[in-house]
Amino acid sequence: MILIIKLLTSDIQISSKPLNIQSAIDWVMSPESGGIDVFIGTVRNSTKGKPVIRLEFEAYEPMAIAEMEKIVKQASDKWPVQKALIHHRIGVLEVGEIPVIIAVSAAHRAAAFDACRYIIDTLKQTVPIWKKEVFEDGEVWVAAHP
Amino acid sequence: MKIKILAFGVAKDILGGTSVNLELINDATVYNLQYLLEQQYPRLKQLSSYMVAVNNEYALPGDSLHERDEIAIIPPVSGG
Repeated sequence: MILIIKLLTSDIQISSKPLNIQSAIDWVMSPESGGIDVFIGTVRNSTKGKPVIRLEFEAYEPMAIAEMEKIVKQASDKWPVQKALIHHRIGVLEVGEIPVIIAVSAAHRAAAFDACRYIIDTLKQTVPIWKKEVFEDGEVWVAAHP
Repeated sequence: MKIKILAFGVAKDILGGTSVNLELINDATVYNLQYLLEQQYPRLKQLSSYMVAVNNEYALPGDSLHERDEIAIIPPVSGG
């Protein structure tokens, strides 16, 4: 019998403190990696032409962590990923701040690119985290209503 | 049976708090719960969609609920 063990190391966190890009990159780097791919989400100053003052994020934390773990597992089933990191911020974020960092390392770049994109795209569809956009004249939970 | 429901995002505004307690028949399903909630909080029906999570997993309408389950209303997510 041949036993194949594929190891994936992941770091999944939800934090109310500012996210650190450099430490995220440092964490996924390893001597075995041939490349890393990083996605950094940033708070945009407008939505559909309307100025946004700030965003407010909240999470159902235990479920959000569980869903992010599933996504990382799915990504590593699809592509030969070595390390994968998801850090998501919650609380009040001003324009230019960072709500999310995804970082993936792999032996070759294609797997890192594909897995990183899969992780952020799927996170946006399934992970129970919500953002409220605050405007000068009101506020709205994003995607709540048709 | 008594159950406690957690609410997040826009659902928190609709239910008027972060959790509500409801009395349900034993072995009620997710579908039964959604029907009851929509009677009590008609604004739920105006959402693009919403899911129910049981013990940190997305649940299906036919899934049964039990007294100590952790139940949450999951309005459309918008993280990232």
